[in-house]
Amino acid sequence: MSDIMLKTENLGITFGGLKAVQNVNIEIRRNQLYGLVGPNGAGKTTVFNILTGVYQPTYGSFYLDGECLNGKSQETINHKGIARTFQNIRLFSNMSVIRNVMVGLSNQPEFRCSPFTSMFRLPRHFNTEVRMRERAKEILRIFGLEEERNNLACNLPYGKQRKLEIARALATNPKLLLLDEPAAGMNPNETADLMDIIRRIRDEYDLTILLIEHDMKFVSGLCDEITVLNFGTVLAQGDTKTALNDPEVIKAYIGG
Amino acid sequence: MSLAENFKKTFKIKNQINYIVIAVFLVVMAILSNGNMINRSTAGLLVRISYSIILAVSLNLVVGFLGELSLGHAGFMCVGAYIGCFCAEELNGIIDNRVLVLIIAMIIGGLSASVFGFIIGLPALRLKGDYLAIVTLAFGEIVRNVLKNLPMFGGAKGLATTHIQIPSKTLFIIGFITVLAVLFFIQNLIRSKHGRAITAIRDNEIAARAMGINVTFYKLFVFTVSAFFAGMAGVIYGHFTNPVMYSTFSYNYSIEILVMVVLGGMGSINGSIIAAALITYINFKLQSQLTGDLAALKLLIYAIILIVVVVFNNAPSLKPLKEKLSVKSLRKAILRRTKTDAIYDDDAAWNRIDTKIDMDEVVSTDIKPNDFSSPVEPEKGGKK
Repeated sequence: MSDIMLKTENLGITFGGLKAVQNVNIEIRRNQLYGLVGPNGAGKTTVFNILTGVYQPTYGSFYLDGECLNGKSQETINHKGIARTFQNIRLFSNMSVIRNVMVGLSNQPEFRCSPFTSMFRLPRHFNTEVRMRERAKEILRIFGLEEERNNLACNLPYGKQRKLEIARALATNPKLLLLDEPAAGMNPNETADLMDIIRRIRDEYDLTILLIEHDMKFVSGLCDEITVLNFGTVLAQGDTKTALNDPEVIKAYIGG
Repeated sequence: MSLAENFKKTFKIKNQINYIVIAVFLVVMAILSNGNMINRSTAGLLVRISYSIILAVSLNLVVGFLGELSLGHAGFMCVGAYIGCFCAEELNGIIDNRVLVLIIAMIIGGLSASVFGFIIGLPALRLKGDYLAIVTLAFGEIVRNVLKNLPMFGGAKGLATTHIQIPSKTLFIIGFITVLAVLFFIQNLIRSKHGRAITAIRDNEIAARAMGINVTFYKLFVFTVSAFFAGMAGVIYGHFTNPVMYSTFSYNYSIEILVMVVLGGMGSINGSIIAAALITYINFKLQSQLTGDLAALKLLIYAIILIVVVVFNNAPSLKPLKEKLSVKSLRKAILRRTKTDAIYDDDAAWNRIDTKIDMDEVVSTDIKPNDFSSPVEPEKGGKK
């Protein structure tokens, strides 16, 4: 058990001739709230896509809890303990809220149950279903979505859909949670609420959280360390206040 | 928690209604057939309905739940019919009981079809939508042409199944029992964590992968299971028709099964059952009623019926009419007569608006228009 939860070494990816991300070195300590900020097109989501196995890094590597996860498939990486949410919401929109969370639960060893067990309705099936439903309710309760558990996901208001995405990612029992613009499109009230929730799940589930966000109030309120990306390279890194006041960072954001 | 408690929590009578309806129908028909109340052609119709239901429900698993378009379902049925019935003919001398032979043949036919289902599932991992549809279409044609050219299966004359024919009056009972079994397995699969994983892949494959769902496994599994049941339907068909002709399993038949699924509603098992029964019935009636010159009109009338049903189901302008005629609204109309309308509490509606907003930070877009408008709607109440 090392103290470093996620470590990337010279992580980089090129698409044809375009160097989308290069030489990204991030170290995130266990239980830390870490921010990844930068102007549009800086490569933040690309870093997320590399960390979750959507893209394979062209060079460099990344380690979760000391284990190298380069070249692993998305499913394997999720099983190893990285879960994510998406910038543009990707819920299972034709399924009810609780089922969305139960899909997240289904890869966990404690809910293992083969398709044939379900097809023949063996006792194990009923047992697993009931336990999954209880666990899903518990998770929804944290996010204040328990009342709406039987609504279709697509009928939820935008802010709640964002919360549901986090709930679903949390259901996969991750060590590291990647949140891609969790507060986008939320009003100040909802944002404040979300900040509380993120702190709470970090403590209750012993999580390490890496988040992308454009709302600087949100970032400085939550994260103790950040990395600022611009054009795929690291512009500044370290303590949130210092990094955000870096003249280079201000230049990248407001031009000049 | 005990097993009984767990069972009670997951068991809902509403979900089992289709078993009951089919079982009652089966018992009534079996009694009628025992008393010689139904003639041979009606029994034949019942056999056709039984294997159509199996085909439609199993295709719905791929098209409706997994969300992959497959146009080769008749191909799986073809494999099942040829290989299953071939084995049944071979077994005929060894085992006397024809029903037992049929059951063994169904398992063999199903297994051999599922092997092909697995093979078709492999390209499904890489292809999407129209491209996969073309691959499955080609598969269906290849399979039936290969089987046609194998001399051991009777070549162009078709596979003779003379020795294993079972009278329709017995076969439809076995057919409907198989329907019940297929429904049991498919519904159980859908209403489990695996069913949720399959529908998750349909709704959003990228998110499903990110949630750790093994997409490769589920796609192959669904194709295999679906082909297994199609193969079983093929064996029932082979015990009903002599000889088994390769021409039956052309892509027209695949499309007909797809029509049943689409008409019944993608992802609706009960819809598939009703549509399969309806289409088979219409086909049968048109075939037997339209004789002589009118026979030429058969396809035309069939097509018109399909168009009318699809338009009625989906046209937005007909929606009020449809809602007026639906069971739900009829029930509501009856209930409303006995209940006085609840008085709408206006004050309570206003309380639902969030008043905790810090006005300094509020931008005009924070309060959406429906925050104000929705409480005024008396039917629905507050904002969802």
